[in-house]
This record gives sequence, C-alpha cells and structure tokens, in this order.
Amino acid sequence: MKLYCLSNDPNKPCHVLTFREITLMLDCGLSMQSVLNFLPLSFVSSNRLLNLPIWMPNDVSDTDLEGELRENGDRIFIDSPPEFCPPLDKLIDFSQVDVILISNYLCMMALPFITEGTGFQGRVYATEPTLQIGRLLLEELVTYVEQCPKTNFATQWKNFVHKLPYPLSDSFKPKSWKQIYNMTSVNASLSRIQMVGYNEKIDVYGALQVLCTSSGYNLGSSNWIITSDHEKIVYLSGSSTLTTHPRPMDHHALKNADVLIMTDLTQTPISNPDSMLGLLCVVVSLTLRGGGNALIPCYPSGVIYDLFECLSIKMQDLGVQNCPMFFISPVADMSLAYSNILAEWLSSAKQNRVYVPDEPFPHAVLLRNSKLKHFKHIYSDGFSTDFQEPCVVFCGHPSLRFGDVVQFIELWGNNPRNCIVFTEPDFDYIEALAPYQPIQMKVAHCAIDTSLNFTQANKLIKDLKPATLVVPECYTQPPVSAPNLTELVIENSPDRTLIPYKWGEVINLPLKRKQGQIFIENDVAQKIVPVEVKPGVSLSSVTGALNVKDNVHNMKSCGNTALECKLQPKEIRYEWGTLNVTEFLQKLSQEGIVDAKVEPIGNGVMIHLQDEDALIQIEDNCTHVLCNSDEKIRMQLRNILMQCLKKF
Amino acid sequence: MPDIKITPLGAGQDVGRSCILLSMGGKNIMLDCGMHMGYNDERRFPDFTFISPEGPITPYIDCVIISHFHLDHCGALPYMSEMVGYTGPIYTTHPTKAIAPILLEDMKKVSVEKKGDQNFFTSQMIKDCMKKVIAVTLHQSVMVDNDLEIKAYYAGHVLGAAMFWIRVGSQSVVYTGDYNMTPDRHLGAAWIDKCRPDLLITESTYATTIRDSKRCRERDFLKKVHECIDRGGKVLIPVFALGRAQELCILLETYWERMNFKVPVYFALGLTEKANNYYKMFITWTNQKIRKTFVQRNMFDFKHIKPFDRQYIDNPGPMVVFATPGMLHAGLSLQIFKKWAPNENNMVILPEFCVQGTVGHKILNGAKKIEFENRQIVEVKMSVEYMSFSAHADPKGIMQLIQYCEPSNVMLVHGEAAKMEFLKNKIKQEFNIECYNPANGETCVISTPVKIPIDVSLPLLKNEAKKFNALPPDPKRRRILHGVLVMKDNSTCLMDVEDACKEAGINRHVIRFTSTVHLHDPGPSLGTAHKLHALMKDKLPQWSLTFTDGAISVESVLVKVEGEDDDQKSVFVSWTNQDEDLGSYILGLLNSMGQ
Repeated sequence: MKLYCLSNDPNKPCHVLTFREITLMLDCGLSMQSVLNFLPLSFVSSNRLLNLPIWMPNDVSDTDLEGELRENGDRIFIDSPPEFCPPLDKLIDFSQVDVILISNYLCMMALPFITEGTGFQGRVYATEPTLQIGRLLLEELVTYVEQCPKTNFATQWKNFVHKLPYPLSDSFKPKSWKQIYNMTSVNASLSRIQMVGYNEKIDVYGALQVLCTSSGYNLGSSNWIITSDHEKIVYLSGSSTLTTHPRPMDHHALKNADVLIMTDLTQTPISNPDSMLGLLCVVVSLTLRGGGNALIPCYPSGVIYDLFECLSIKMQDLGVQNCPMFFISPVADMSLAYSNILAEWLSSAKQNRVYVPDEPFPHAVLLRNSKLKHFKHIYSDGFSTDFQEPCVVFCGHPSLRFGDVVQFIELWGNNPRNCIVFTEPDFDYIEALAPYQPIQMKVAHCAIDTSLNFTQANKLIKDLKPATLVVPECYTQPPVSAPNLTELVIENSPDRTLIPYKWGEVINLPLKRKQGQIFIENDVAQKIVPVEVKPGVSLSSVTGALNVKDNVHNMKSCGNTALECKLQPKEIRYEWGTLNVTEFLQKLSQEGIVDAKVEPIGNGVMIHLQDEDALIQIEDNCTHVLCNSDEKIRMQLRNILMQCLKKF
Repeated sequence: MPDIKITPLGAGQDVGRSCILLSMGGKNIMLDCGMHMGYNDERRFPDFTFISPEGPITPYIDCVIISHFHLDHCGALPYMSEMVGYTGPIYTTHPTKAIAPILLEDMKKVSVEKKGDQNFFTSQMIKDCMKKVIAVTLHQSVMVDNDLEIKAYYAGHVLGAAMFWIRVGSQSVVYTGDYNMTPDRHLGAAWIDKCRPDLLITESTYATTIRDSKRCRERDFLKKVHECIDRGGKVLIPVFALGRAQELCILLETYWERMNFKVPVYFALGLTEKANNYYKMFITWTNQKIRKTFVQRNMFDFKHIKPFDRQYIDNPGPMVVFATPGMLHAGLSLQIFKKWAPNENNMVILPEFCVQGTVGHKILNGAKKIEFENRQIVEVKMSVEYMSFSAHADPKGIMQLIQYCEPSNVMLVHGEAAKMEFLKNKIKQEFNIECYNPANGETCVISTPVKIPIDVSLPLLKNEAKKFNALPPDPKRRRILHGVLVMKDNSTCLMDVEDACKEAGINRHVIRFTSTVHLHDPGPSLGTAHKLHALMKDKLPQWSLTFTDGAISVESVLVKVEGEDDDQKSVFVSWTNQDEDLGSYILGLLNSMGQ
C-alpha cells in the first residue's frame, strides 16, 4: 500500500492511495495561495491599479518581461489573469485513478484539472451537499475570473523567478501554475460525481469498500473509511467537534484503524473560533453604530450561515438591527436556497425545525423581513435602489483578487469609519490587502476556523487508537508563525507508528495483507469434518470449486465433474503423525503378508516384501512404497497404511 | 438450510392496514403498521395479539420499519407503540417522520370528534410515538444491532416513500412499501441496485391494471374538469393532503396559466398549506426537474390556487375544490360531496385508491344512493370519475423492479387475491422463481441457501490464481481450491497444508508410491520420455505438464525413464497419496502401453 502526496497545502489536500490494485484519490484541493501574487481583477477599470509603476529586475533588459510585473509599496505583483497551483501530475497518471473520494466542498476545487483532458475514467464520490455547494464554489470562481477578461497573459516572469524579490522568489512551482478552468470543464467534471449518503457502503470493484461518515465541519462534510476484508484505513479530512450547523462528527466508525491519515487541521491554531465569532459580531455592530460599513470577504457557503444568525442577534442587541445585510455573490440565491433544503445534513436542532415545518436556518426569516438581501453582483438590477449605508456586505473572494469585494474596497477603502473583517482562514490578511495599500479603512482579523485544533486532534487520536498515524510533516513541528508553541504538534506515542509525509513523496504504508475472505456454500460446509489434532486445535481439509466474480470468492462443492476433469481431486485428506511399525507389521500378517523382512536404515526402517516384490521405506514423517506395476499389491499396502495413520 | 418466515397481519391479499412480520436469523421485524380505512371496528388495526396474546410486544420485535406516510402504512403506529406497547426503534425517512404525525393527528380528529370513536390514540400518544422514530437517509446503512442492517432506497409514490433492504447474516429481504416505476410531475421513479435479496416483498395494487400513458390520463383529467366548469358545474377532487394533491395542483396551475382561466380553484385550508411547505423543504426528494428549478421558482408556490372556506360550498357558479380526505369516508370532502352530489352538473373526480366500505368505493361502483349513519340518504346525480393517478407500479413496473434487484423469491402483498394470482403466474413463468401471496395471518416459510464467510490465507489464494492463470484460458475449466481449515482459539482460517501443520504444531506424514513399468522401446531413453510426454499431453489436456531433464511431472506425479540405449526401458512412476487418482491413472496408461 502506497500513499502519494500531490498537494503542498495540508488544508487543500490531494493524495493518492494504492491498495489491492485500486488507485484511490483522496480529495483534490486546489491551492490558491498563488493568486496573492497577482493584481486584483476589477471589472470597472481602476486607474490606481492601471497606473501602478512597472517593475523590472535590476540587471534584466528582456523586453518580453516588460509590463508583466508592477509594484505597489514594497510588493511586486503580476499583471495577468490569476493562476492556480493544481495537484502534482508527475507522480501519477490521472487516467489510472479508479476512484476519487471528496471529503468536503472546500477540498474539490481542483477536480476539473484532474478529470478533464487527462483521460480520467474513474468514479467520483461525494455527498449531495458537497456536490451542490461545491458546484456553487466552482461556478463562482469561474464567474469571478471570466467577468474580468484580461488581454495580456504574463509568462516571461517565470523564467526570472530567482531574480524576483520575496515572496515571488519563493513561489511554489510557478511553471506548473495554470489558468482557471472554464464552465464547460466544471460541468463535465461535476457530472462525474455520484452522490452518496453518510454510512452508505460503496463497493469498489469487489476489492474494497468505502464509506463516508459525518465530519461535522461543514454541510455534507465527511471522513472516509476504506476497508477490505481484514484491513481498515481511515482518511480524516476537515473535521470539527464544535457545535455549529452541520451534523455532528461521527467518531465511532473511525476507531481502531490500521492506518489513519489525518490532514486539514485548523489554520488558526492559536485562536478560538467562538471568541472570534463574538469579536466579529461586536466589531461589525460597533462599526455600524459609528456610521461605517462592514465588509466581510467570504466564501458563499459555510461559516457565513452562522454569521448571519449570530450577527443579526448581536445587531439587535446593539440597536443597529435596521442596517441591512447584503450577500453578494453570483451564487448567493442558490446558496441560501440550498441551505434550507438540506435538512437531513444538519445538526438535530436545525433538523427539528423542519418537522414543524420551519426553515432550518433563521436567515430564511431575515430574507423574508428584508434584513438580509442577496444580489448576484454589485451591478445587478435593484442593488443600487436597495443599497443604503451603513450596511454589512458579505461577498467574495476572500483572496481579494477577484469578485465584487474588489469594488467594495475601492469604494470604502479611503474612509476610516469603514471596516473590513477577515473571517476566512485560507489567506493571510496582510498579503491579501497588499495591492490596496495604503488604505484608510479599519482592518479586523477574526479568522474563524472550526476544524480540529491540535489539542482536539491529539485527543481524537487517543480515542481512535490507530495502529499507524500518517500526517503532513508540518504537523509534527510547531507552526512557522509560533515556533515556541511546541504543544501545537501532533504528539508521538509508543502506542502507534507516526509517519510524516511531505509534498511529492511516495510513502510505503506498513500494511501487509495476510488474509482474504471466501464464502463457502452449505454443501461445502457440510463436508467439513474437524479433527482435533491437539486440545483446542482442529483441522479439516476443504476442497471445492472456486468461483471468482468481481473479486468475490465463492466456494461450492465440486459435485459431478465433467469427464475431462474427473481426475481432479474432489476430496483430499492428509495423513499425519508417525507410523507404528509393529502395528503395521501386524496388519500385514493379518492380510496374509508374512514374509516381511525388517532392517533399520537411517532414521527409520526398510521393510522388504520378497514375494510381492515390494519395498516399504518408513521414516518419522514419510513412507515410501516401491513396487512393480502390480496395482493389486500396491492397493493392498495402501489400505493397510491408511489404517495405521491418522488423517485430517 | 436457514429459513425466512413472513406473516402478513395486514395487506395479505388485501389493501389496507399494511403490517408484515418478518423473521430471519433470530430477528423479528415489523414492516409497516397501517390502519384499514374501510373499517370502524377492531379490524381497522392489525391483530397484534398474533405477536403476543397480551402485554407489550417489545420483547418480540427488534425493529419497526415504516415505508411511507400513508395511513394504511403508518396509521396504527401510535396504537401499536403506545396502547399495545412497544419501546423499540422505529425507522423511517425524514419526510415521513415529519409528515406522518400530521396525518395521524388529522385522522385522530376525524375518528374521535366526528365519529365519536372511543379507544383511539390521543395527540400525546402520537407525540410520544414519534419520539421513538429514528429518521434515516437514503442508502445509509443502519445497523439496528450487531446483526441487523437496514438500508432505504427511493420509492417514488409519495414524498419520502422508501423501499427497505433488510439483512441479517447472509439473508436479505427487500420490502417495497408502495412505489412507482415512472416519474410523475413531482416525484422520481423508484430505484434499487442489484442487491439480489433472498426475498422481494412487493406491493401489487395494480397487479393487472395496465395504465395508459401518463400524458393521456392528464389530458383526460383536464378535459373533464374543463367540460364541467364550462357547463357551470362544480368539481370536487377528494385527495389526501400530501401526495397526489400536489401533483394535481401543479397540473391545474399550469393549465389555468395557459388557458388564462378565472374560475376559482380552492384548496381546503389547514393541512395542505403546511403540506406545500414540507414539499418546499424536502425538495431533494422530488424529481430532477423540480430540484433543478427550485431556486428560480418553487413549484409549490401556487398562484391560481387559493385557500378554501366552508361558506364557499354554497357559492354559485363553477369552481374546483381539492378537499381531504381522499376516499370520501369523513371530513370536509364528504361534507362537500353531500351538498353537491344531487346536482347532475357537478362532478367528483377520485384520484386516490378507495378501499372497500368507503363512500368513494361505493360511488365508484355505481351506487346512486348513499345512506349515512343518521339515515340521511344522498342521491348521487353528479358525474363520478375515477382517475388513476395513484402512483403505484403497474405489472410492467413490478416486473422491472424484479429484474433490477434479482431476488430469489417474490412475495406479493397489498393487492387483491384474484389479481395477485395472475401476476404470480407471470412472475413464475418469466423469471423462473418462486412467488408467494399469503393471506393475513398465514405464515410463509422460505428456505435460503447459506454462505459462510471464512478467512483464507493470501498465499493459498494467490497460488491458486497463479496456477489457474498459467494455463491457457478455457471457460469450461473449473477452478479448484483446496486447503486445510485451521480452527484454533476462536479463529478459523483456510491455509495450505504445510502452513496448517505448522500452525497446529504437528508433522505431516507423506506417503509416496513408486511403481515401475517395463516398456519395450529401442532407442535413447530421452526418446521414450518424449513419447510418454506426448501421450500424457494428449490424455491429460486439462493439466499442466512439465518436462525437464527427461522427467515428466504433473502435480506431485513424476515419471522417469531409465535404461540408456537398452531395448527394455524401466519407467518409474511416483506420486504422493494425495494424487492417488492421477498417479494410478498415469500408471494404468503406461501399463496399457507396455502390453
């Protein structure tokens, strides 16, 4: 069993696991850190961005490079449509992947890169919310990039990476970066997904069974359990033990795995999501009270549902409930609609509301009361009439490189009464804001990451008792941001083997299959005659016709054999123990063979039957009967031998 | 051979109060717990004394499964759990868990308040009963206990209807509940994978009815409604609150929109408004088309259909009214019927299946006068139309389902005995499998083959595969697996004999036979060996023979020629006792050659 690590970002994981000749891909996350190096895409041409000074490395005079790089403050940006870092395609041929398992909608953004144009022919499994919301994320991303077409595609800078300043000089594999896929690829790719439910057993070519259980992280998020007859591998991706809107995490099925692969732990190991949520509500409400607007860059699903709920309560408390909340995204309407029809995937508190019947999320009420309004874009019909300040705007993209958020920063950035509040943990907020500097609006950092922190992860591991634990190498060392906090690691323990892995590595997992499983039918079972060879140990020889279909082995009785295979043994028995020579001789004479001459040789004896022209050589563990072609005497000797030996 | 025992307490050669007891592998499962609409006495509920003459039935039932929210499938649930006594788990889907208590409450009202029925369950009992209900999602594998596993499949029919696959050990049963195999205006078609159950228990409501195409029926329905309102008549459509009602509403809504009609369409207040809300929130259970478009326009927000008020009954002029219940056995629909029946301009369209004893059943059978409890006689002059919109599978659909899941046996329930006979024969003929249709209280015993899973050492399997794959492919060749089953410390494993002896700590005793045959064959001994090899290849085409250094071997049999350049050759044939048949056959072969 091998594990290939194709992603350099543990929060956008992509692995390939090979086991029993099946190639499984575990998640296909898309690392988007690369986009931070690009200039923001604005659909209203921004003079400020257009007029940023062109930057060239000191000793380079290549004219092709000119205009590709621009400077703002001390940072260099690429003036080109943003590029993304897809999973490594050198280690594994994607056309050989049999099955892709997707854990949650944040871990599937690279799917079109894997399945389209690569010869991929396998199956993709994901839960219904993962598919539906994942579709929204993919469509939103494509819309954001496509609505601001750029004519110039910068390519030359990749040849001069070593001459560029930090952080561009540290770019991860820039030559593998790709432009975003188009809507056709998105649709083709998503049409390959087969929806599965929690705890639905899926057979993979009869060799493996895969099953997903709730991971409590977001709507439809799951952990995967891969089992064969005797082995159990658990793949734990984004999971949460906190109580938010999704169904709680299901621990039980994850226990006692031979191998536990654990990834996608929190990106904010030091902060507590609850206090961040509280802080966010206060910051936003106070901004509104001060007459300023609050801008919350976000993904169109996930924590945003909890934000609507908590923020509206807090705004009520602080008397700013009349300020409207705007949710602006090309998929805002879809996201809100889907959130209210996926009751089966929600926490029981939310689920019970449906039995009344009420909508599971309170934002349905906010929508009815017009406290929350949604628009596809800032330029959509009706937005300018409904727009009133001060207000709260939720919009994408959290990287601040595309989407309507770009326009809102242009609009509000110069007013110190306004505030931008970062909640999504995927991007460093200082990096995200770099192309907009200097800005006057207040900046609040309230990253909310509900996935497991190190304390929770270590506790969970103790509870799950895996024999082998496989984690990204970075989880075995304190975070780069806090090198002194040595408790922020996955603990090693003598109870299990800990295997760290890095990007691009292929790991041999210590799982050796020793046993398989076959099904025996009644007629075979009835022929089993256990012989107790020692106290508590019984043996029985078993013979049957084997039928192998879809990797499932069935054994039934040989029955009536066709002529050509009549010589195939229907029953075989084995003799064991030592032969008692005296008893044997006695039986020989009972049968009328009286001329036996016994002489000791080596470890045993040699019995010579002169008249019968036969030799019997007897040792502790074997007997050899030599005779001429006379079958009668041989059969006679055979019968006597069989009487003297024990069989099973 | 282990058995599966099935006893219908209801729905055996009958429609109504579905309740089937299933026993296998030491587990007892109750499939549905419905009431019979046609009776007012104790016959309306299944006879639970069959399970236990008195006292609670919890000790005898491991779980109860409810297929969908129709009262003939869940109507006796509070009675069973709260009055007879059952504290075990009850499984159903989320929509059924949400909607069933509403229908139960509605029926309780009709029975207790209108009919003055005593000894009926109360609202509190419905609530308490619902607390025992565990909601499952489609395809989720639920372990009821260590041995009993259930899984739900989409059944169409009504919102949240499911078929259930039930497994104990190697035995499995599929219970369909009610289902339909063609998608309708708001639901998809039933689907199941090739799960090959030992028994398929299927409904057979339409065992003989071949339904004409859906489109024709819809056109027919619209034409009749149109004609009636054209002549100024009133149209009464008795429906159950959820299910057909929504489908017909979608149908009328689109027709009204297209024809630009102004004639009012009413929906009886209460249940139905709420009902549409359920449809909005469980939209994932509707069909593809509705799910795709629900964000732009929720199909269950109706523009032309308005809430009904009792005083509209006497309003003049044409109108269309949907009212509950669907079989005209009580409630508002019956009240409206009594008022409108004497006028020949009016029409009643019955889209639901009406069980015997109900007014709906009577008028469908041509009754022109209906007598009620209080000696009130109503003349039926209005036209009476039956529209089979009820989403059940027709014979083609039932056969299709059998084909999908490939059961070893089929059992028909939820249908009429005579019609079942017809379908039963058809199933036996077409699929060559056994088909049963027990009556209520009659127990059916089906024996199933066993399959015992045992562990097997991988080297044993791999060696067999290697040996098999080495031979040229031949579809007729059988694969033989041979090994020794080691039973030690509660573990059982099949392995090859050497490993088995090692595991058991004993020594094998190998017996080998060597016989000598003398052949007259001049020339070098290698030449003789080649001849023998050719002969054996000819006689043993299924075996893999090897020829090395003048020795021929097949399995443990070894044939060697001695006597270089002599005319007389000695051929040694040697084999172990386990290859006795093969060894003695080869010896015989050589002997016959020597003569």
